[in-house]
Amino acid sequence: MTETHVDPTWVQLSYLVAAVLFIIALKSMSSPRTARAGVLIGAIGALLATAVLFFSGIELMNLTLIIVFLVVGSVVGLVAARRVKMTAMPQLVALFNGVGGGAAALIAVVEYLVVGSEDLLFLIFTVATVIVGSIAFSGSVVTYLKLQELMTTRPVVIPLGKWITILVAAATIVGGVWLVVQPQEWLLWALLALSLIFGVLFVLPVGGADVPIVISLLNAMTGLAVAASGYVLGNVLLLIAGTLVGASGTLLTNLMAKAMGRPLTSTLFGAFSGSTAGGGGTGTDRPVRSGSANDVAIMLGFANKVILVPGYGLAVAQAQSTLRELADLLNEKGIEVDYAIHPVAGRMPGHMNVLLAEANVPYEQLKEMDEINPEFSATDVVLVVGANDVVNPAARTDQSAPIYGMPILDVDQAQQIVFLKRSMRPGFAGIENEILFDPKTTLLFGDAKDSLTKVVSALKTV
Amino acid sequence: MDGIALLTIFVLSVFVGFEVVSKVSTVLHTPLMSGANAIHGVVVMGAIIVAGESQPGSLELWIALAAVLLGAINLVGGFVVTDRMLEMFKSKKPAAPAKEGGAA
Repeated sequence: MTETHVDPTWVQLSYLVAAVLFIIALKSMSSPRTARAGVLIGAIGALLATAVLFFSGIELMNLTLIIVFLVVGSVVGLVAARRVKMTAMPQLVALFNGVGGGAAALIAVVEYLVVGSEDLLFLIFTVATVIVGSIAFSGSVVTYLKLQELMTTRPVVIPLGKWITILVAAATIVGGVWLVVQPQEWLLWALLALSLIFGVLFVLPVGGADVPIVISLLNAMTGLAVAASGYVLGNVLLLIAGTLVGASGTLLTNLMAKAMGRPLTSTLFGAFSGSTAGGGGTGTDRPVRSGSANDVAIMLGFANKVILVPGYGLAVAQAQSTLRELADLLNEKGIEVDYAIHPVAGRMPGHMNVLLAEANVPYEQLKEMDEINPEFSATDVVLVVGANDVVNPAARTDQSAPIYGMPILDVDQAQQIVFLKRSMRPGFAGIENEILFDPKTTLLFGDAKDSLTKVVSALKTV
Repeated sequence: MDGIALLTIFVLSVFVGFEVVSKVSTVLHTPLMSGANAIHGVVVMGAIIVAGESQPGSLELWIALAAVLLGAINLVGGFVVTDRMLEMFKSKKPAAPAKEGGAA
């Protein structure tokens, strides 16, 4: 803690106001009605705090440079957030989280270099900030690369990976303790490097549906790193804001894991065990039944009840509006249509709801998994558009599958199943889907948007 | 501020953090995570403080400025992207006959 500067009372009160605004923001964002106002409240809090800092009477050298970097960073953040396609939004959030963690780690490094070893608690929190911030940074970068598909999306299992990870983790802890006991600069850099490596090793074996859970966990970690940096700097607002995010993020991670039926431990350590490649020797040359857009239109046109299962492929093809057009057309013909939304349809919880809301799909037609699952057996046709893992029964039966245990949509209960797919390539989790080979399944290959457009025009003539 | 006071604040904040998100619906998991992500962007304040106490031209200064840059990206980008996610929810509501206010 730097005791040289004590903030005047009005500054401390302003920080208190900002902290309260953050709490109200988080609370508001937990309910659909107030969520948007919550963002505004949070942003006002952050703006207030940052503005007050500049006028708090704190002595700031290098003011011009600080402002330049602040402006450049703000513009980069703004442009990236405005330009990103909604489909690529999860990885951008991961990246934003990572840079926050990186910032916290760098702050601790600078504070150590400038102030030196002050007292025991200072050192402990400095070390904690460096370790946790760095892990959040490198881990988030790896999740970004995975979601952006710049590297394989499947769990990466390196030989002896488990032991290497344990070794690096142990070295990080030993290094941290050593630095607290015997402060020396080279050790700080070594600790920084070790933590970065650990972050990579920690996230590499995570794949498929577990990635969003890990993003949430890394988010909570960044929160804790920020809280620790608040202690190091003696800044109460950083301490409060960081702790709020750390605590709410931890709970949120748990809620997410529960919503997906994934025990947190299996998410984090499941892939360590080795052979998760899964799929049990199913060759892709097995016979499937493919049909034409016309066949699909006829099936749909003579059904009484149709359920649409939108997946990430729909989003990638930007086919939300075409799907809605199809649903409207079926509705006009007196056919009952619902959308079945898996909790992780898209790439994150709630992602698909956002994408469909963008296409003006009525809210009441979106059914969540628990609500829709009993209805599949009374459904004539299920139309799966660009989804795979979330309907894969391997999650129920195949213990070696990386998605084992994840609740799925029971589309295999329906009378007929239609898959719109680009190819036989497996989904994000990289495992074969047995339903594709089921005799009651029809496949329509092609870009989701093209296929849907063809089905719509064929349906008009049925 | 002394260690005990900071510890008190820390512990109370943990409880508040748990409490405020305990009733969130699945649909809002992602926006809430993103919003929380934006809030920890205030780390930029810490970056500004350390940049302000570094000697001009020193290695520390450049590290601190890098932290300012990263923190600003986190803060501004975080809030803007969260708003974009939620934009989709809100603007559609009046169109639908939503008397339940869009409860998930």
